[in-house]
Amino acid sequence: MRYSGLQVIKEGLFGNKGWKPAWRDPAPKAEYDAIIIGGGGHGLSTAYYLAKNHGMTNIAVLEKGYLGSGNIGRNTTIVRANYFLPGNSEFYSHSLKLWEGLELDLNYNVMHSQRGLINLFHSDGQRDAFARRGNMMINQGDDAILLDREGVREMLPFLDFEQTRFPIYGGLYHPRGGTARHDAVAWGYARGADRRGVDLIQNCEVTGIDVEGGRVTGVQTTRGAIKAKKVGIVVAGRSSQVAAMAGMRLPIESHILQAFVTEGLKPVIDHVISFGMGHFYISQSDKGGLVFGGDLDFYASYASRGNLPMVEHVMEAGMTLMPMIGRAKVLRSWGGIMDMSPDGSPIIDRTPVDGLFIDCGWNYGGFKAVPASGWCMAHLMATGESHPVAARFKLNRFATGHVIDEEGTGSQHNLH
Amino acid sequence: MRINCPLCGTRDRREFYYYGAEDYLDRPAPEAPAQAWDDYLHNRDNPAGVTRDLWYHDLGCSSWLVVTRNTVTHEILAVEAVADRKGGAA
Ligand SMILES: Cc1cc2nc3c(=O)[nH]c(=O)nc-3n(C[C@H](O)[C@H](O)[C@H](O)COP(=O)(O)OP(=O)(O)OC[C@H]3O[C@@H](n4cnc5c(N)ncnc54)[C@H](O)[C@@H]3O)c2cc1C
Ligand SMILES: [Zn+2]
Repeated sequence: MRYSGLQVIKEGLFGNKGWKPAWRDPAPKAEYDAIIIGGGGHGLSTAYYLAKNHGMTNIAVLEKGYLGSGNIGRNTTIVRANYFLPGNSEFYSHSLKLWEGLELDLNYNVMHSQRGLINLFHSDGQRDAFARRGNMMINQGDDAILLDREGVREMLPFLDFEQTRFPIYGGLYHPRGGTARHDAVAWGYARGADRRGVDLIQNCEVTGIDVEGGRVTGVQTTRGAIKAKKVGIVVAGRSSQVAAMAGMRLPIESHILQAFVTEGLKPVIDHVISFGMGHFYISQSDKGGLVFGGDLDFYASYASRGNLPMVEHVMEAGMTLMPMIGRAKVLRSWGGIMDMSPDGSPIIDRTPVDGLFIDCGWNYGGFKAVPASGWCMAHLMATGESHPVAARFKLNRFATGHVIDEEGTGSQHNLH
Repeated sequence: MRINCPLCGTRDRREFYYYGAEDYLDRPAPEAPAQAWDDYLHNRDNPAGVTRDLWYHDLGCSSWLVVTRNTVTHEILAVEAVADRKGGAA
């Protein structure tokens, strides 16, 4: 069923009885042309573009829980293309362009809102670094505007500009940055893939990867063995466990990242804002909740929940930046398992096993990457070659020294 | 989360700095093959369950510690000073 305004009115008149489930619930077949392990944002977009761009429709997505139960439904939904280094720059630029056409392409409202992103700076040195980053963004064909203090004050009058510890010097404004509804992105891609014939199989955990003579031949699952000559591992925080099924040891450490949401308030924060002197960023959801977060909890974890020291740190940073939020009540907080790589950049590549591909290492920035990651992973799985905008996301780049260290913090996984 | 430092007793997690997996204790020789350095710096078992990792008692006695803990439950199972390990100091 195509969704449209007319459809909504028609259904409204007849008691909304005509809506159909957005995707089927098929049983797994004995064999597919390709299997994608993981039904998060990246797995679903990979399936969608395999079907749409490469005509591969005899494929399945295997998800151990329900679609969207992982990080795709846990993130703080920021979408931006403000990266600096070659490798990241062209990739995220491509992703933002896909975002801009996504709703029409999917016929699905993902509530993509280009409300503008402002990264604040608090010293002369930081201003120089942001000016340089802005120039790189413009060179890449994206948008960036360097705001001075008065420019920021006009847009965000509620910030604490005068405080002595971290006075605000200005901000780098990225007008095309913004947010999107995270679950809707998973659902939109799921529906789009299903409509092209992809089998989305839930409650199906992959427990083994079959390899014969250096070639992948299929997977073992909680719903039986399934054969396929091509398999993609797209499981974010669980990448190390799944890759180990094929004998691989990845350059990944899993860490916890928390997020918070307050009770619904009237519109008060119109943009996405990030603090430059402590990890804190905030936006307001369309429902009115303030959505914010900060740094990792810093130790390797699979707990899907964080600890109090980081809660305290995030609240402190928020109060330092915008004391007006102090009266808002926090409704919920949660955590997601991040696949942290040693340079903070992702991997989309072949593996040493023929026919086995991997897409991982998204750190805490993989939501904005969902369209381009699926696009490039599908290209890789269909053609065997890296897509040009993801050509530097190699699995062996740490061994060869071709790291893409956007933060410049070295090889420690939790520092990116 | 509280960590039982062998020298200082049980202290709040905030006093400790997390470095990474125990792999950091086995530093390859300078002339070791690139693969050994890649494994040392980047590649990890990354278990969902019991792990051993390195922590530094930053706001305490400044000891490097090997903490055995569960990454799923956050339970701390054992703590020993790196300096007390057989084979000497780090
Ligand atoms: C609190 C938080 C805030 C964030 N904020 C942002 C942000 O503002 N902007 C941004 O760009 N990014 C953000 N991110 C990062 C982003 O959410 C992730 O990088 C991205 O969602 C990861 O890719 P995914 O959607 O495919 O992962 P997931 O949704 O986690 O998908 C992986 C799937 O694989 C499944 N799986 C695992 N093992 C198996 C198995 N053995 N068999 C079958 N299936 C399996 C899991 O159940 C899961 O559904 C944030 C993350 C968190 C946690
Ligand atoms: Zn101590």
